[in-house]
Amino acid sequence: MSTAAAHHDEHHAHHPSGITRWLTTTNHKDIGTMYLVFSLIMFFIGGAMAMIIRLELFQPGLQWVNPQFFNSMTTMHALVMIFGAVMPAWTGFANWLVPLMIGAPDMALPRLNNWSFWILPFAFTLLLSTLFMPGGAPAGGWTMYPPLVLQTGNAFPFLIFAVHFMGASSIAGAINIIATVFNMRAPGMTLMKLPLFVWTWIITAFLLIASIPVLAGAVTMLLTDKFFGTSFFSAAGGGDPVMFQHIFWFFGHPEVYILILPAFGIASAIIPTFARKPLFGYSSMVYASASIAFLSFIVWAHHMFTVGMPLAGELFFMYATVLIAVPTGVKVFNWVATMWQSSMTFETPMLFAIAFVVLFTIGGFSGLMLGITPVDFQYHDTYFVVAHFHYVLVTGAVYALIAGTYFWLPKWTGHMYSETLGKWHFWLSTISVNVLFFPQHFLGLAGMPRRIPDYAVQFADWNMVSSIGGFVFGLSQILFVVGIVKCARGGKQATSQVWEGAHGLEWTLSSPPPYHSFSTPPAAATIEGGMR
Amino acid sequence: MTTSISKLARRGSAAALLLSPLMAQAAWNELNLTKGVTPYSETVYDLHMMILWICVITGVLVFGAIFYSILKFRKSAGAVPAQWHESTLVEFLWTAVPAIILVVMAVPATKALIMMEDVSNSAMTIKVTGYQWRWRYDYVNEGVGYYSTLAKPSDTARQLDSGIDPASVENYLLEVDNELVVPVGQKIRFLTTAADVIHAWWVPALGWKRDAIPGYINESWALIKEPGVYRGQCAELCGKDHGFMPVVVRALPEAEYKAWLEKMKAEQAPATAASAVPALSVAASR
Repeated sequence: MSTAAAHHDEHHAHHPSGITRWLTTTNHKDIGTMYLVFSLIMFFIGGAMAMIIRLELFQPGLQWVNPQFFNSMTTMHALVMIFGAVMPAWTGFANWLVPLMIGAPDMALPRLNNWSFWILPFAFTLLLSTLFMPGGAPAGGWTMYPPLVLQTGNAFPFLIFAVHFMGASSIAGAINIIATVFNMRAPGMTLMKLPLFVWTWIITAFLLIASIPVLAGAVTMLLTDKFFGTSFFSAAGGGDPVMFQHIFWFFGHPEVYILILPAFGIASAIIPTFARKPLFGYSSMVYASASIAFLSFIVWAHHMFTVGMPLAGELFFMYATVLIAVPTGVKVFNWVATMWQSSMTFETPMLFAIAFVVLFTIGGFSGLMLGITPVDFQYHDTYFVVAHFHYVLVTGAVYALIAGTYFWLPKWTGHMYSETLGKWHFWLSTISVNVLFFPQHFLGLAGMPRRIPDYAVQFADWNMVSSIGGFVFGLSQILFVVGIVKCARGGKQATSQVWEGAHGLEWTLSSPPPYHSFSTPPAAATIEGGMR
Repeated sequence: MTTSISKLARRGSAAALLLSPLMAQAAWNELNLTKGVTPYSETVYDLHMMILWICVITGVLVFGAIFYSILKFRKSAGAVPAQWHESTLVEFLWTAVPAIILVVMAVPATKALIMMEDVSNSAMTIKVTGYQWRWRYDYVNEGVGYYSTLAKPSDTARQLDSGIDPASVENYLLEVDNELVVPVGQKIRFLTTAADVIHAWWVPALGWKRDAIPGYINESWALIKEPGVYRGQCAELCGKDHGFMPVVVRALPEAEYKAWLEKMKAEQAPATAASAVPALSVAASR
């Protein structure tokens, strides 16, 4: 820790200032910050779309928007949140933390790093510009099923190229993380000593490299079907609309683990810190993550049980799907065992991490239910599914992102955040997010399909409750931004270790860390000391 | 004045109903899956309840352990952290036990799926075709077929800023001009397909939904046990009016169904004579 000051080196003054600094930077921390700020902006844009959805669904009848615009909102909300908010946020975390956690000076491929970030503003300019085009933004669902998606107007090529750009950015980011972890670990940092966040990100990076090109292929076939006379997905031309769904979900299911695996890493960092007890079952956590990643490639058709598959296919995908409950259960049990006989305190990151474990598990339960094919024939494409994936993505991925932000914010900024503001943010969010999403289970079971702008009156009560929860949850996130801005601007000086129970290399550097992180590799003893 | 009185009366009767078992049933229907009216839907309901209870019990145990830890193992209460961090036996157990529970769940699930996929020995066949945004029903080998579209009162009320209170429209968004009429007590085979984009035909009381896909013909079946009207909706996003193409099934006793079918045959006979492929010609004329 005291040696950290010596890491400050002369290069510090050489980087350009002002906007050029951000345009040309190859520094992992600057790029990490840009990713995180970008994702926060997208979180609010996607959130605004969700507010429009909940406003229209506040009561039966159409009061605010027409059905076509409503469909654009559900489509764009998903694309913006998945590709604009959650995925870049994870890459931002990886940029900031991976070099610090493995004892490296920076990422392995710094120029690629700059490029992979700067693709994103262009991708989302393309995507968001469609809101102002004749025919409106894409409205065929983020899953882009043909033939419906081929009815998209002027927005169509913009959608395809935006997806291509997002994919290129993700692949570049994934390559960089793999190259960094495999080549730049400090001496003595063996793979089975890696912090779990690094482990889960490595697995995520392989999922990205394996799955994103499949998505790119699928959307390119859509493009040629629309403009170049091919019939990949048109039955009238000898093609097959269901084939798109198979290809899309071969990407799409690994994608959901791309969104959640780094969250497992974050929970595995935060819970032991505030429990003051080593993580239970480190190696089983690694093996469970790898098993989940493997299984994620052989379960895709559970998203499309109702397309009419052969019995053998339905059985295979049901068995493979419910099998994921085993490694996921191991993870949850390990977190609970870490808390058992520990000595916990409940700072904001810990509150969000515990809520993550509880609420993600609820999403896991509904996921198990959805995996049972014969019952999925009822649940499929209802609000039960909407409730399920918002529990795993909002109270799962987003909660882990928020927990991680509070956890490392003192390290990143050098200042402590306001604990009072953080606790308000936690309690308002956690109460409202359950008011928002729990009743959607009821709506789905009672028979309300998803992606509808208006509904029969028997669904009115729970929709109103859900919308109220939505408005409060949306407004609560302003507290998050206020907390971050206040912390970035000043506050109590953070120590190197920040948290009493913190272990790991990033806590041996000053807060904020020197510009080139570890310019000399940390000692082997430091690595051993950081192993918890 | 009159409106406020009628509102008050409505509330009063609602309060009275709340106490009756009927209302309790209605409230339960707003929370849980329907049991439905077919052998398959009842199987699905039982399966759903079994998995739900497994999840609830697991949840109580896991969340119980978390909340117990939060109360008991807190630093402010003087808890001292243990340093153990692995146990092969425990880790083996919580891998093996969930796996066994999954097998227990998979057995009835497999049986239900085999039941659903067995469309043999059906008494009649109805072809369901999805269009943007209506359904067409064809009674195969009977020469009877027609379109089914959202009923006019709902369609008027659902327009943006129509000013009509949806609660004042009977079966708002769940009413059609021409219902699908079927007999009770017979195994009906449904063939689903679509003419433009993908739709999904869903009636919760039958226990399943099935995608209607252009170029595909999907098979499924239902045996409705009780006469009644069963409502559902399109379940696959199919464009701007996806929310406005309901399904209404009227199940009649055998004799009444026969009478209805004869009447329809008589009505549609001239059209059939005029064209060899009535369904297609109607579609083309639109």
